[in-house]
Amino acid sequence: MSEQTAIPVHEITPAADLAARFPGAVTVDTRKGYEGCIVDRDHLVEVATAVRDEFGYDYLSSVTGVDYLPEGMMEVVYHAYKTTGGPGLAFKAQTPRDDAVVPSLVAVYPGADLQEREAWDLLGIRFEGHPDLRRILMWEGFAGHPLRKDWKEPYFEEEGKPFKNRWPDGQVYRIEDKNPFDNNVQYPEGFDPAQFEVDDESLLYESLKRSIRGRDSALDTDVIMVNMGPQHPSTHGVFRVAVALEGEKIVALKPVMGYLHRNHEKIGERNTFLHNMPFTDRLDYLSSLSNNFGYALAVEKLMNIRPPERAEYLRVIMAELTRISNHLFAVGTFLNDLGAYFTPVLYAIEERELILDIFEATTGSRMMCNYFRFGGLTRDLPEGIAEKIRRLVYERLPRKIDELDLYLTNNEVVRSRTEGVGVLTPEQAIAYSTCGPVLRASGVPYDIRRAEPYSIYDRFDFDVAVRYHGDTYDRYLIRIDELRQSVRILQQAIKDLPEGPIQEGKPQYQVRVPAGEAYGRVEGPKGELGFYVISTGKPNPWRYHVRAPSFINLTGYEKMCVGNKVADVVAILGSIDIVLGETDR
Amino acid sequence: MNEMKQKNIESTKFDIPPELQGQVEITTIDKIYNWGRRSSIWPLMFGLACCAIEMICTAASRYDFARFGMEIMRPSPRQADLMIVAGTVTKKMIPQIVRLYNQMPEPKYVVAMGACASGGGPFKEGYNVVSGVDRYVPVDVYIPGCPPTPQALIHGLITLQRKIDTQSIKKVRWYSKEPIDAIPVPLLGPDVVDPRQNAIIREQAEKIIEQSETNAAGTAQVEQA
Ligand code: SF4
Repeated sequence: MSEQTAIPVHEITPAADLAARFPGAVTVDTRKGYEGCIVDRDHLVEVATAVRDEFGYDYLSSVTGVDYLPEGMMEVVYHAYKTTGGPGLAFKAQTPRDDAVVPSLVAVYPGADLQEREAWDLLGIRFEGHPDLRRILMWEGFAGHPLRKDWKEPYFEEEGKPFKNRWPDGQVYRIEDKNPFDNNVQYPEGFDPAQFEVDDESLLYESLKRSIRGRDSALDTDVIMVNMGPQHPSTHGVFRVAVALEGEKIVALKPVMGYLHRNHEKIGERNTFLHNMPFTDRLDYLSSLSNNFGYALAVEKLMNIRPPERAEYLRVIMAELTRISNHLFAVGTFLNDLGAYFTPVLYAIEERELILDIFEATTGSRMMCNYFRFGGLTRDLPEGIAEKIRRLVYERLPRKIDELDLYLTNNEVVRSRTEGVGVLTPEQAIAYSTCGPVLRASGVPYDIRRAEPYSIYDRFDFDVAVRYHGDTYDRYLIRIDELRQSVRILQQAIKDLPEGPIQEGKPQYQVRVPAGEAYGRVEGPKGELGFYVISTGKPNPWRYHVRAPSFINLTGYEKMCVGNKVADVVAILGSIDIVLGETDR
Repeated sequence: MNEMKQKNIESTKFDIPPELQGQVEITTIDKIYNWGRRSSIWPLMFGLACCAIEMICTAASRYDFARFGMEIMRPSPRQADLMIVAGTVTKKMIPQIVRLYNQMPEPKYVVAMGACASGGGPFKEGYNVVSGVDRYVPVDVYIPGCPPTPQALIHGLITLQRKIDTQSIKKVRWYSKEPIDAIPVPLLGPDVVDPRQNAIIREQAEKIIEQSETNAAGTAQVEQA
């Protein structure tokens, strides 16, 4: 009891309430630096239903697993929020490591679908009752579950960086030389290359067949399976969809991903905290600065620091510029997908280049900015850049956004290709955990900048863009709306930009992060970008998980597509705006 | 200028009919053949990761690699001459990349754009990352950077043009009598399996078994003692 009174009152409420509602099944998480509550796994579904229906946490933001190797336990962590705003509730289910089973929450929160599959793939946690528990990022038949702490990659050197051979000794060798195959591979004992099972993807096609819906039984037609991608100009990278068609109508669709799975999280858990900053740039490589933002927030939460005033303003300025450059690119490539081949995107890229110039002058790189530090930023604006931003947001951008709007919005082809196509109702959008423009285009005015303001967003005057039809056209329109709102924020931020330092304390290479967990989230251009970080007080994070909007927005992709024509697959995908670096991580 | 050409033409040992004098240029087949090829390299429209965004920017209005005859990006490998590997090559993707390379008709070139495609880059130690596309397909030009700026990409492409300039129609592999073998497509088993590595994989597997046998024998002896 005495331990519980130590927790501040405002934090105690929802978790303790839940514990009181389910005595015996739910306990408050009292580990130091942890929050939320621990749910007995046998009661998980029941508790989650109550969390959703009675407590009002209708939006499941993130599901992930943590491997507590020393304790011999796996933990699945759920973060739920209310779509009406406010802080969230974290609840966790624990299971022994050797037989990691947890009931699936797909029936309660359909948005858990892909995330549970990811936890199964990477951590080997089985979700009982999951309708389609296949591997998602790696292929079927891959040996082991790589995010487990005792799983070692072929190029394994040491548990954590900096590696001793690099620093302080400085004797670098090629890691290939230490691998018997001179290559990034390893095989199980007694492996015979002449006979082994090659992944034939039968599970994928079975699952596709199972989910065939809305077949027109009056016509005796064959169902055709079509694969699009991973090499396809309209998939925005190496994304693949397997579609079942009846004539031209889509009757089932499965996204297939992992072709760009770069092991972000495994590498991130070997890196030091600061090492991860440049890696976050490469998540959603179109908007590196807002990725930096999310990660910095999560670690700052753990360290309990805040950047100085000027740094906060610069952060907002950079994040909003990023949003503009991302949305410009998104609108341009979306028009590409509709068949307006490369002309609109040329206009969009022209404006984006101006923003990239600002990034390059300030951070040193056009795309991979690596600009944020814990408690501040790397450097201040160079001379003349503030003026450049001012001219851009007061003069040029508003004009150019109007121009885009004028040329595209009422174009007849655009409208007839997109209106009423790929509709997602508000209830579905929430249930599938979609976020960002996709959620708001379905009539749910949920924007983290307003719902749970971070940094200094509460000081700016702007509207949360929202549209109500939930179709592809609205998902396009909402981006134009958001461009205008971002310009509004930028105009205020650049006007009020104070003078002062840009870093709290001295810049440090090795930061001390107290033990505990933190979930930091920002409203990225693609939606809610969350970072779940667990520190044990060591230089490397114990767990580093990214809640990637592009990935989770794909959960509702099948729902949007079924019943439409095959050509709409591309249009709808373009309107979700995914980036593969983030989808696959 | 004209005078010089005139001189050149007159100095050749060929008979130029008087009505064509001053209008004909004589050069080698190689030169004209290479000039044609280097000025119309059609890249495969194919992006893997972040580097692909810089590739798109290079194709767009500000940098515009149409100036080098490369604007026609082909989504089909059958129509492409150049594969710009722009991004991280993963094990899950490598079978597709090899297949695409095999499907491209000769003459074909490969440019490894960025640190990832050249050698694994920042993600090299990842369990799903191939340490450089040259482990599977031959690369002509490597472009460093993460990502390489559009200027760097253009420089790499000019380097490729220079390489093309040095090739001779007599020696190039696609006119030789020898058949050009397709690259064996890697397979996805417990890890990616390169069929060309089968011998070494088997050898290593035997070594491991031997080792565990000797270890087992060793422990048995210890136990007996
Ligand atoms: S080299 Fe850098 S920019 Fe290019 S794909 Fe790799 S990580 Fe991305």
